[in-house]
Amino acid sequence: MSELLDIADRVIGSARPGEQVEVVVGRSTSTEVRVYGGEVEQFASATSAGIGVRVVSGHRQGFAHAGTLDDDVLAETLAEARDNATFATDDEWLGLAEPDGVPVPELDLYRPGVDAVATEDKIQLAIDLERAVRAADRRIAGVDAADYADGVSEGVVVTTTGIRTVSRDANCYVSVSCVASDGDDTQTGFGFSVGRLPSELDVEAAAADASDRATRLLGATKPSSGRVTVVLDPYVTAQFLGIIGSILSGEAVLKGRSLFAERLGEEVAAPVLTLVDDPTNTLAYTASETDGEGLASRRNVLIDGGRLERFVHNAYTARRAGTTSTGNAVRGFASTPGVGCRALSLAPGAKDQAALLADVGEGVLISSVSGLHSGVNPVSGDFSTGAQGLCIAGGELGAPLREFTIASTLQRMLAEVAAVGSDLEWLPMRAAGLSLVVRDVTVSGS
Amino acid sequence: MIEEPLVATVLDAALRTGGDFAEVFVEDRRSSSGRLDDGRIEELGSGRSRGAGIRVVAGETTGFAHTADLSEPGLLAAAAAAAAAARGGGGGVRTVDLDRVEASPQPIGTRPEEVAKATKVELLRRADEAARAAGDGVRQVSASYGDSRRRILVANSDGLLAADDQTRTLFVVGVVASGDTGMQTGRRSVGHTTGFELFDRYQVEDLAREAADQALTKLRARPAPSGALPVVIGPGGGGVLFHEACGHGLEADHVQKDVSVFAGRVGERVASPLVSIVDDGTLAGEWGTVAIDDEGTPAGRNVLIEDGVLTDYLWDRLRADKAGRAVSGNGRRQSYQHLPMVRMTNTYLTAGDSDPDDIVADTPDGIYVAHLGGGQVNTATGDFVFGMTEAYLIEDGRITEPLREGNLIGNGPKVLELIDAVGNDFAMGPPGTCGKDGQGVPVGDGVPSLRVTELTVGGTAA
Repeated sequence: MSELLDIADRVIGSARPGEQVEVVVGRSTSTEVRVYGGEVEQFASATSAGIGVRVVSGHRQGFAHAGTLDDDVLAETLAEARDNATFATDDEWLGLAEPDGVPVPELDLYRPGVDAVATEDKIQLAIDLERAVRAADRRIAGVDAADYADGVSEGVVVTTTGIRTVSRDANCYVSVSCVASDGDDTQTGFGFSVGRLPSELDVEAAAADASDRATRLLGATKPSSGRVTVVLDPYVTAQFLGIIGSILSGEAVLKGRSLFAERLGEEVAAPVLTLVDDPTNTLAYTASETDGEGLASRRNVLIDGGRLERFVHNAYTARRAGTTSTGNAVRGFASTPGVGCRALSLAPGAKDQAALLADVGEGVLISSVSGLHSGVNPVSGDFSTGAQGLCIAGGELGAPLREFTIASTLQRMLAEVAAVGSDLEWLPMRAAGLSLVVRDVTVSGS
Repeated sequence: MIEEPLVATVLDAALRTGGDFAEVFVEDRRSSSGRLDDGRIEELGSGRSRGAGIRVVAGETTGFAHTADLSEPGLLAAAAAAAAAARGGGGGVRTVDLDRVEASPQPIGTRPEEVAKATKVELLRRADEAARAAGDGVRQVSASYGDSRRRILVANSDGLLAADDQTRTLFVVGVVASGDTGMQTGRRSVGHTTGFELFDRYQVEDLAREAADQALTKLRARPAPSGALPVVIGPGGGGVLFHEACGHGLEADHVQKDVSVFAGRVGERVASPLVSIVDDGTLAGEWGTVAIDDEGTPAGRNVLIEDGVLTDYLWDRLRADKAGRAVSGNGRRQSYQHLPMVRMTNTYLTAGDSDPDDIVADTPDGIYVAHLGGGQVNTATGDFVFGMTEAYLIEDGRITEPLREGNLIGNGPKVLELIDAVGNDFAMGPPGTCGKDGQGVPVGDGVPSLRVTELTVGGTAA
């Protein structure tokens, strides 16, 4: 860690009078194991490191990055960033983050131990996972990938404006995908478990999820088209929240790309909906002590009881919007800071999924969606995705359904949220999931 | 990049634990980019990465390690790590004699790194100006420029030694238009495996106006219908359909694990007789074109489906060795930090005989899709989905009103059967990035006009 700080300090030491320089140095080590047919199919181990340098000079910004920490490359990277700055447009709001007095939280994100676990034990987890999926149901026809992976990443941000922060975290996961067959019908499923140490991983639960997802869709048919109430499974809700988060980016707002741009303080969602971004929650897979500009992570309430409370900002968008950074700069060392939500979750409701299904009576449970990146336009709000799921009849899950789409607009979906489940779970993405009931969604099938 | 004797030394070290096969992949990549947004040149960026990935195969196990340290100790450490993960029965000393494979990189007219940064910045400003002049409804414009030069060297224990020098240049314009109905977006991109002469072939003003027109047109779009309808796809606008609906299912890794609907079907009729699909990494200057793949195999033209009959799959070295057959030049990887796997290059449906106007005129009611967006497929079931970024209604055999965005869904093998017209107007589409197992590689696609008798359209209108 001190080695990374030394490198950053050295580059900062070459800053010229009147220019701001920011150096981000990252290093990660990782192990990835893939098992197939009880044998190791792939085993990869790697260490990678890199540096990103941002120069702001006379309100112009330049950037350069390199995937190595060799001395000759460090000097070249600073020189390139400096040269690039001369071609940018003069922008009075440009500038690096400055210390804002918010203390950096001390989070329990790194535990020594991942590196101490024997390779054989890591491989065994993937072997156990594959075996558990095969044993879960006689209709499981194949397991195409059973993986174990872990990684430790460290990062430092040092600037000429007084930022000097370090962060470090470790995580690991197992994941599996499988195929179930019955007669001519084939369906697929996936399962995973995440943790900060291998001992925290739940192989049995991951196997059961994968098997259930695949087998419960066997025999699925196309539903008939119509407008229905849907219940989103937690995994689908988390993906949906990711899209909502992008609309709340201060950058999208300032550049006229957010459909919520003029709606701060207004009702944008049903009253049951409270949306929070909190990367200081250590349960979140993406928890981190600092943001991409080295400012302290913090908890931000974005939508409170349906009312739009706040957009998220980095130092630049905050300055331009006349406010302060919310600690939402997101980036790797190879890019300049963007703006994004970091660990989204909805305030959970009182009922579990079974109780929600009973309340809904008739509808469709959406167990997975596909084509979210191509079918949802966060600027216009148009929402259309491929989906799979189960019929809800008489308040209970019924026949499986496939090859249909669900469509609405993001605005209408938020307004039509009828209930939020109590089944909050953190997933390996920038959001947590829970069951969500949404009314008046168009299903296109046959 | 690194000297030949050092490559041989590293291969010898990689085989020391008894591996059956070892490979060194060295990559040196430089990139430059510029972004204009909101009327400002926000940033110019430069990137540099170099390193080596070493893999060792022993039996069914592949060991892999990568390093950014290209010194002899750095490479030997990576070789030892990869070898430790893939131990063979024997072990001992083996010496590799390297034999250089000649391959010609795509010719480059003007090296982008020799073009002044100010010239690149000027392209961005010209695009911004042209898009803003296209109509009063234009609210926001972004434009980005990118070039990259990727030099690779591959050597393996079979004695192969091959190199390539890949230069790609890209330009993208995005427009947001706003009106009474809310906001809409338009986008145009061009990218080729070529140098700065890309801008002799394309004028950025044209791209900007087309992106603006797309956004402005969609302001008066009505909601897309929902349900099963005939769909006509325009030339160049829908190659992603075949990339998703069939290309991924023909990748030998999916086939060998029996998670492809096309497994075991070579020689069978799997599509309408009008359908011939080719993957071709040799197409001059296209986005997915390479001289060699990332395992050192020269790129090839591979016919996958001919007149509706499945003729072959796509292969990388591992999968081809297992099947005891020749490689096809489809072993690709995102960077030296990744293992190669079976990937497409430029995948396209070949031209047919129909007049494209007749195809529309013969469609009483349906959808005309000028541009498809990204897509996704489940190779095991064949179910796919992709977005329509520019689409129109067809009424009484005529293209009429524009439609809002929505997804199309279908099942690969079923859709291949349902193609009942293929036009004579083949065109390649925009540059794409294909994602698989967390790795992105540049790919191209292309189609002539064609009609699918029935696809499910996921709009909100009844």
